[in-house]
Amino acid sequence: MIERAHILVCGGTGCTSGNSKAIFEEFKKQVKAVNLENEVKIIMTGCFGLCAKGPIVVIYPEGAFYQHVKPEYVKEIVEEHIVKGRIVDKYVHRETDESGKSKSIEDSAFYKSQKRIVLRHCGVIDPENIDEYLAFDGYKAYEKVVTTMTPEEVCDLVTASGLRGRGGGGFPTGVKWASTLKAPGDIKYVVCNADEGDPGAFMDRSLLEGDPHAVLEAMMINGYAVGAHQGYIYVRAEYPIAVHRLQVAINQAREYGILGKNAMGLGHDFDIDIRLGAGAFVCGEATALIHSIEGKRGEPTQKPPHLADHGLFGRPTVLNNVETYGNITQIILNGPEWFRSMGTEKSPGTKVFALGGKITNTGLVEIPMGTTLRTIIEDIGGGIPNGRKFKAAQTGGPSGGCIPASLIDTPIDYDNLIKIGSMMGSGGLIVMDDTTCMVDIAKFFLEFTVDESCGKCTPCRIGNKRLYEILEKITEGKGTMEDIDKLEELCYYIKSNSLCGLGQTAPNPVLSTLKYFRDEYIAHVKDKKCPAGVCKALLNYVIDPSKCVGCGLCKRGCPAGAISGELKQPHVIDTSKCIKCGACIAACRKNAIEKK
Amino acid sequence: MKSLEELQAIRDRKKAEINNRTTGENNIRIIVGMATCGIAAGARPVLQAFGEEIESRKLENVTLGQTGCIGLCKYEPIVEVFVPGQDKVTYVHMDAKKAREVITSHILNGKPIAEYTYKE
Repeated sequence: MIERAHILVCGGTGCTSGNSKAIFEEFKKQVKAVNLENEVKIIMTGCFGLCAKGPIVVIYPEGAFYQHVKPEYVKEIVEEHIVKGRIVDKYVHRETDESGKSKSIEDSAFYKSQKRIVLRHCGVIDPENIDEYLAFDGYKAYEKVVTTMTPEEVCDLVTASGLRGRGGGGFPTGVKWASTLKAPGDIKYVVCNADEGDPGAFMDRSLLEGDPHAVLEAMMINGYAVGAHQGYIYVRAEYPIAVHRLQVAINQAREYGILGKNAMGLGHDFDIDIRLGAGAFVCGEATALIHSIEGKRGEPTQKPPHLADHGLFGRPTVLNNVETYGNITQIILNGPEWFRSMGTEKSPGTKVFALGGKITNTGLVEIPMGTTLRTIIEDIGGGIPNGRKFKAAQTGGPSGGCIPASLIDTPIDYDNLIKIGSMMGSGGLIVMDDTTCMVDIAKFFLEFTVDESCGKCTPCRIGNKRLYEILEKITEGKGTMEDIDKLEELCYYIKSNSLCGLGQTAPNPVLSTLKYFRDEYIAHVKDKKCPAGVCKALLNYVIDPSKCVGCGLCKRGCPAGAISGELKQPHVIDTSKCIKCGACIAACRKNAIEKK
Repeated sequence: MKSLEELQAIRDRKKAEINNRTTGENNIRIIVGMATCGIAAGARPVLQAFGEEIESRKLENVTLGQTGCIGLCKYEPIVEVFVPGQDKVTYVHMDAKKAREVITSHILNGKPIAEYTYKE
């Protein structure tokens, strides 16, 4: 019989690190203890999105959304909710409206403005059970494509939908497919780029963890559309859950005859294998990724030749991002007009963002293109915590730029972001408040790209290092106004002369902060001050004599012996000895010590 | 290798099950009282009968749930049926056989069985 209650435990990366595996096991144990294992289904799903409230457990049919679940709560939840049918309110995530009435989870601010197309199955199905994917019309899009359409028609349909590459570039997907289809040759390849490398981004990871079959099916459709019989998923080994679930999904699909020779009995051979990447950022670049799969060093090469003509093992290859694939089956089943009904004219559909940084609801969100940054931050994200002020948002990771608070009403799509000096990137969205120093942020991203530059071309290898050094000089208070000009000049040089996307976009964080926060750079250089109070070299710790009671706690706490003073007399910090560790601030009970 | 028909059969079978994972407003809801009183009076076979019927008949628009004691312990097992847009119907003194009748008459044909309902 069907189970009357379904307990869905989040098995995404965030909740797994919050020990959701133990919660899952505890549910199994407790449900068995009350002899209900035949009536209750317990599964692990992909990410629910609201990672800030994790670990999350949702129990249906009530749809009760339990937050911050601990293994020791499980017994009570089972005995109350499952046995007696009473939702344990104290553990449930609830939002109330103005009249104090609690809202359903679908109506909560976090979910209400979202449109979950790509993430439709995340947090709904068991990713390790192919039958559950089948229940949501799984592999029907492939069946439809092979039985009723020619490869040309598939490419045309995807082109008509207006779907653009979700890896960040925004190239029209259908055009890419069509050029691979037209390329001569009988051996062609389909490759899925799951080498998500931006700091703070976890969209592709969550999709692979929550709905691996959707990606497999889209790759099969892609294979049919371009005439390929083999697909590879290039995923980083640092994503163990994603790799595991992909492998399980591939095995199940092979067992059902969905993958392999004469797939689904429809006459098209197609199989998929996983290739593990070692986690180099540059391998997310198309040509470097291809070389890595071939077993060569992960370095980019000049384009053209484009992958569509000369890709993997020298054969025509089509490469798409995980999230791009996440849209395909829905476009096939619902038609291009349906897809175009969402988003903006030039960027139809939705986009998944990994929301992080100084924001209340950290998590995974999917919004229609054209949604403003304000909606994402204030409504879905729940605003900035601790009463702080929103200062800027960083999109596109180390390749992107900062959007200042003055542009918070910009509708987000590919073209608007480029226009304001940022880029979509794969979808990391890092929110910053007024305690963030923009020069320091630019330095942080530069440090990342300097580390990750493969070293093949000089502008990127040496230029970015020099950029980093100038930024370091500025944050240490040794910068000059000429340094700022030099910084800008070098940025444009690197952008126009680097070999691949990594170098061409690496200066973006510097350029966009220079554009919108030039005054902060000038404050560092001219006034030798860091307005946000971040850059240590430009700060001095000062004791306010009117507040200091001379208790001596700071003196005892100082590891550098920089504080002196008589008991019951105001103390003084010797700035030449101070190492700016902040131990005195932590020790002081009178809030008498300030960073100036 | 599964044939297309076999894949479709899996889809159909699983759909009724997965359906319990939506809080779909337009679904018919069948709620069985499963408190101590209900269970002691035999609510479990009733719940199981509903579950089996929903699965075998592939009723995609029906959600099966449970609730606690509603206070009328004397009348247990109690089953409440909510059809969208209609008044709720409360069945009392249920058993597995009656449950199957409720599925055929009330859920499938839209005719509540007055004989089994609560009467004052």
